[in-house]
Amino acid sequence: MAAVMRLVNRSTLSSVMGQHYAAFSSSAKLTAAGVNAGHTLPDKVKIVEVGPRDGLQNEKTIVPTEAKINLIDMLSESGLPVIEATSFVSPKWVPQMADQVEVMKGISRKPGVSYPVLTPNLKGFQAAVKAGAAEVAIFGAASELFSKKNINCSVDESLQRFDEVMKAAKEAGVPVRGYVSCVVGCPYEGKVAPEKVAHVAKRLYSMGCYEISLGDTIGVGTPGSITAMLEAVSKEVPVSALAVHCHDTYGQALANILVALQMGISVIDSSVAGLGGCPYAQGASGNVATEDVVYMLHGLGIQTGVDLSKLMDAGAFICRTLNRKTSSKVAQATCKL
Amino acid sequence: ILHYPDKWYFSFCSHFCCSLIIFQNITGHEYPEFVKIVEVGPRDGLQNEKEIVPTGVKIQLIDMLSGTGLSVIEATSFVSSKWVPQMADHTDVLRGIQRAPHVRYPVLTPNLQGFQDAVAAGATEVAVFGSASETFSKKNINCSIDESMLRFEEVINTAKERQIPVRGYVSCALGCPHEGDIKPSTVAKVAKRLYEMGCYEISLADTIGVGTPGSMLKMLQGVKKEVPINALAVHCHDTYGQALPNILTALQMGVCVVDSAVAGLGGCPYAQGSSGNVSTEDVLYMLHGMGIETGVNLPKVIEAGYFICNALCRNTNSKVAQAKSRTL
Repeated sequence: MAAVMRLVNRSTLSSVMGQHYAAFSSSAKLTAAGVNAGHTLPDKVKIVEVGPRDGLQNEKTIVPTEAKINLIDMLSESGLPVIEATSFVSPKWVPQMADQVEVMKGISRKPGVSYPVLTPNLKGFQAAVKAGAAEVAIFGAASELFSKKNINCSVDESLQRFDEVMKAAKEAGVPVRGYVSCVVGCPYEGKVAPEKVAHVAKRLYSMGCYEISLGDTIGVGTPGSITAMLEAVSKEVPVSALAVHCHDTYGQALANILVALQMGISVIDSSVAGLGGCPYAQGASGNVATEDVVYMLHGLGIQTGVDLSKLMDAGAFICRTLNRKTSSKVAQATCKL
Repeated sequence: ILHYPDKWYFSFCSHFCCSLIIFQNITGHEYPEFVKIVEVGPRDGLQNEKEIVPTGVKIQLIDMLSGTGLSVIEATSFVSSKWVPQMADHTDVLRGIQRAPHVRYPVLTPNLQGFQDAVAAGATEVAVFGSASETFSKKNINCSIDESMLRFEEVINTAKERQIPVRGYVSCALGCPHEGDIKPSTVAKVAKRLYEMGCYEISLADTIGVGTPGSMLKMLQGVKKEVPINALAVHCHDTYGQALPNILTALQMGVCVVDSAVAGLGGCPYAQGSSGNVSTEDVLYMLHGMGIETGVNLPKVIEAGYFICNALCRNTNSKVAQAKSRTL
């Protein structure tokens, strides 16, 4: 496995294919021309790297603290502007994130990079701030059943809990990002109405979240349902405050991200090496791979600030540690040259 | 200069074109209401698999696919078995399949000899493969693009006499493993040549999967100046995970024919171990999710995919098939 993941000569991509790889993945002349006439794409996209949290939380193998810190440090070097570092959830529920304090204290924070952490309640928030967190995130759901099964309370009850966190965060001057899960489909309820998503997104935004990340938790969305959902949400929350968090369980993530970009979204969540499976379709993939997203964005002439080669190094490292293959197609294709 | 095929041939072929594309609107983007899927698994897929599949299994795969609603299934290739041993049983396959009504079974014919063998074996539609890259043409079929066009002209003229429609492919439309970037104008030139010679449809292939929506857009903008959009198809490889957004871009530009392979059969000979063809299942999931009709039954395609993957002792490349087989 280690031999498979060793990326020979990849740093310079010395083959002819490799030399042209750079040309394939950047189409600088295209900039804001838009993929379709009349639809302008953003010039820049902010990637929110969720690998160390959402990714590792959903991996079977528990990764040692040192390896987590090393991963985050490598990601910091790749140019990513936001790296979700860990989660202040009780280790009883999420043992993979039990070393939350050590991780926060151990990482080398790069200037200009944010390291948000998940905080499901006031207690988690307080522990996070004590450990040095400068940004936090809270998670709502657009599905009642999912909320009950996932965090044991209704959507409204969860928003009340978050109220406490919001107040404390405001006082402490800590920005809060809001997530909405199950934005197109729920493993229990099935289809989710766009209006419900809009309602929850609006609540989080009005409460003070600076950005709302809309999560296709089970990856069932397609450009059809994603568009309908974004239309509804963007009536309630400004598009500049929206992000998409697409899962690739059905292979639809990049297509969904493309329509989101066409609708004006300029913040994309993704996970290095596509870390993190899908707990609702065992063995299937979850998060979309950051490498594949960056490849597409650069091919569209959109700036991300990310060095794809360094990103792939980080992906290779964590896959070796986890003893698993990367879920990134770009990484698979590139390392076999 | 002939801009369209001969009148009689065109009217014969119009049955095979999306001559009237009806569009539907999803938030400012227009998409076709119907997309024709060209299933290339049994040919392009199996040709690029390491394992050679027994004739009986090939026939069973094609027969299963014939029952899914697919209207075009590329059955085999009349290339010399010296070069493509996986397709050595082309005659037996073509004779062995149960041809469903309303389904066409094109076969690859690189030259006149191949064409004649194909017709003798019962082929009623053929395909020829050009390249947008000189180096790829030389390395792949041992001649220049111009020389290959002369070969294809023979095939197409003979096909016209026998009223056999010919589909044209242009490989390396978004990049070449040897030359790198390929100019859209070059792709357009080759596509135009094939179209004017008499191909009813031109499939533009991202042979090494390096394309992104950016390069797909530029390439199609170039090609549609020379070939009507309703005669174009896209054949996207998923080697870099870009196939579905590339297909989406093509649809937004008015393309309504998409090539794909069941279970994502067929690796990439230029990035060993990587994937090649996009999975039919994943394409269908996207199209159906957008309300675009295909006439194809997704669960039946998934079933055919499981069958061939079992026979090949490999996992499916289709994410939809993977998810469906494991959903709790």
